Amino acid sequence: MPELRVNGHVHTFDAPVGRTLAEVLREELGLTGTKIACGEGHCGACTVQLDGVPVLSCITLVHMVGERDVTTIEGLRDHKLVDAFVRTDALQCGFCTPGQIVSAAALVEANPDPSRDEIRHGMAGNLCRCGTYPRIEEAISTWQG
Amino acid sequence: MARLIKSEKEVEGRYEEVWTLVDEDALEQWPAGPGEVVGKSAPRLDGYEKARGQARYTGDIRLPGLADAALLRSPYAKARVKRIDLTKATAAPGVVAVVGPDEVKGAGKEADFEGSAVAAVAAETLAQAEAAVQLIDVEWEELDPLLDAAEAVARESFVSDTRHYERGDYERGLGEAEAVVEAEYSTQTLNHNPLETHQCVCEWRGDSIDVYVSTQYIWGIRNDLAETLELPADKVRVICEFMGGGFGAKNGVGNYILFAAELARRSGRPVRCALSRREENVVGGNRNATRQRVTAAARADGTLTALGGEYTCALGWGGWLPPTSGPIQLLYACENVKTVEYGAKLNLPPMAAFRAPGFVEGTWSLECVLDKLAAQLGIDPLELRKLNYAHADAMDGRPFSSKNLMECYHRAEPHWERRHEVRGRSDEIWKRGMGMASQVWYGGGGPPSYAWVRLGSDGRANVVTAMQDIGTGTRTAMAMIAAEELGLPLDRIEVQIGDSARGPFASISGGSSTLPSMGPAVRSAAGDAARQVIELAAQRYEREERLLSLKGGRIVSSDGGSWPLEDITGLLDDGQILGKGARGPNPTGMRVLTFGIQLAEVAVDVGTGEVVVEKVIAIHDVGRVINPLGARSQIEGGIIQALGHTFSEVRLDDPHTGAVLTKTLDSYKVPTIADVPEIVCDLVDVPDTHLTNLGSKGLGEPPIVPTAAAIANAIRDATGADVTSLPITREEILRALREARERRPVAAGAA
Repeated sequence: MPELRVNGHVHTFDAPVGRTLAEVLREELGLTGTKIACGEGHCGACTVQLDGVPVLSCITLVHMVGERDVTTIEGLRDHKLVDAFVRTDALQCGFCTPGQIVSAAALVEANPDPSRDEIRHGMAGNLCRCGTYPRIEEAISTWQG
Repeated sequence: MARLIKSEKEVEGRYEEVWTLVDEDALEQWPAGPGEVVGKSAPRLDGYEKARGQARYTGDIRLPGLADAALLRSPYAKARVKRIDLTKATAAPGVVAVVGPDEVKGAGKEADFEGSAVAAVAAETLAQAEAAVQLIDVEWEELDPLLDAAEAVARESFVSDTRHYERGDYERGLGEAEAVVEAEYSTQTLNHNPLETHQCVCEWRGDSIDVYVSTQYIWGIRNDLAETLELPADKVRVICEFMGGGFGAKNGVGNYILFAAELARRSGRPVRCALSRREENVVGGNRNATRQRVTAAARADGTLTALGGEYTCALGWGGWLPPTSGPIQLLYACENVKTVEYGAKLNLPPMAAFRAPGFVEGTWSLECVLDKLAAQLGIDPLELRKLNYAHADAMDGRPFSSKNLMECYHRAEPHWERRHEVRGRSDEIWKRGMGMASQVWYGGGGPPSYAWVRLGSDGRANVVTAMQDIGTGTRTAMAMIAAEELGLPLDRIEVQIGDSARGPFASISGGSSTLPSMGPAVRSAAGDAARQVIELAAQRYEREERLLSLKGGRIVSSDGGSWPLEDITGLLDDGQILGKGARGPNPTGMRVLTFGIQLAEVAVDVGTGEVVVEKVIAIHDVGRVINPLGARSQIEGGIIQALGHTFSEVRLDDPHTGAVLTKTLDSYKVPTIADVPEIVCDLVDVPDTHLTNLGSKGLGEPPIVPTAAAIANAIRDATGADVTSLPITREEILRALREARERRPVAAGAA
């Protein structure tokens, strides 16, 4: 059976060819922190990291992940960004929030002190219908506390 | 003591006189200003759960044996099923149940809009269910759809009766005017697009059903579903612990729930039915498009003499006629007002309430035409608004329970004074300007609403009620209110919501009513618990009850003694103190409304029609503010959603077939983080002394109401161009600029 390395743990999974990473994370591994909101790569709610790079897991075929390390929101639970999002109220309904934090974590990993424009560029692929964007900007600007 | 009263009940502008069971509300309001907890910013209680992906939404529910459903929907706006054969679908791999036409309520062989559901399949996996739906052998007879709202009005195809309103003598008012402005405006069809689509999981347990559902109204789903399924209401348990947004789209029972319930009954399995994003964009509900003709007339001194509005609402196949005339009837003191509203019934998906339905559309035209009038009169727009200030309900003379719109106007003055400086920063290409628009909306809530507060021996409190938090932070607000009343720190409060079997009736999260309906009930329950603690403490410490109060987690006696709360509750062992609370009545004979003003600063590229909103200033009056942090988020969120309908969002329908063309989040463009201007939030924060034991109104909807008009007025200030249709595309800007250029020589000639 194929293997998937998620948040440092190796899982075997059983899925037909064509199944997406998001489906396997949610349905097979029970990692439901990763949300599916559009299912076609337009909204960013399903964002996970592959070797630290944010990708849209709803349009990533699980059999194409290979040896790469998958990081989901479950692997970032103790990230300082989580505190920052809560402190600044950068979430309302919360459905897009795991994807926002996974994207933001990749952004600050590459650039710990991003400018406003860099935040806007890095986060523009993650939609929030509640409109928490100003707070997300504040959370990422102040994530180091 | 509970009693029955005849009371006005309002949800999103729909009033009805109903007999309502109310409880006396004996608690005096807290003094204005921050208390120990209330009025101070608090991060949401469920913030970590959500941020860490631990919050369980409907789609995250994993019940043993869970099957997934997919629906067969009409690809046509109007069609009839001539022939349908479910045999192949029933035999397809993984299929556990199939439901055909006329087997659940409201889903027959007639399709009256694209996406009308006619059949459903449940299978082991979603992929199998979707594949099986493809195997349903169906022959459609395509019929000629009615798609044009004007034609529907001419043919008298209406969803509900045409609504007429007149006060004073409109024609006389026009005759008395020295300036009259008449203009046409339009607004587009909009989709709510909550990031979590409509979804449910239904599981039968004996003759009872558990329904996990993303809803704004747990109790409403319980009652409506019980009626449809012909079950006693308590055999329907509705659970919504977390939900991924609603904005009005998730108030009722969609037929996807009925299909899931029937599939679950037939298969004996729990069945999940989750709309895809593409389904959501067709049948998930929408804000109806409008065409509006509005007239504003005034004397030379600026006194409004007549306001008129004719509104055609393209409602689709169902829904209701929203109060598009609300703002023109309520916002200004004008004696002569006449409106008519048509609700066109079309072969398009039915509208649903969408964050301040009617008022977003009606404010757009009213506040734009008012600025045109101000320009014609040569009166400052802010002055014109102050001049026509309504000191009492303009519809029937009732006093307002509270109105601090004038204070909002005063706070707007320093911002407004900067407009000359803003305009001065214009150059050849980028023209800058400022505009404003006022806001009026409901948001007073009402009875009935109930809550319980349970105090345990550890001195911690638990607020229990069957309400839902759609993301506005009401869970946190309830905890803050209980904490304040019990004199406990916030970290000693839990809140149990989201389950009809786990608490008393709680009202809908719609119409900006959750906080003003539920908050007073929670305070009343906490007050009941506090009274019981004090009764016990009086016995234990031999003090008169009147000397005792709860503060800082302690029982404090005004004669100097003070004991930790746990000293009393600790005596309870497994005993508990149970406080019960209900929302008291609304003030008799008074009108409860929310108010505000927003100002926008824009830059317009007059060559390309590009508009950049540089700043939005929002000043609102919603009574007492419970959580300033959450309140700011509501204001920002409302404005950002408004930016969507101002510039980018539009549902496009094929005018010939009625097919929705914008089914994805790629084609239906909601704002991104890169679209957001600087937003300045200001709240008057004065309790409404007549409204409940809190003096708080709702804030979910007010901020979305005036933004588009404020921006349009800023564009006018910057360029002289009158935009009249939403969304304001570059094409619309260029058209308006052209029109302004053509007008200018005439105006110059007249001068």
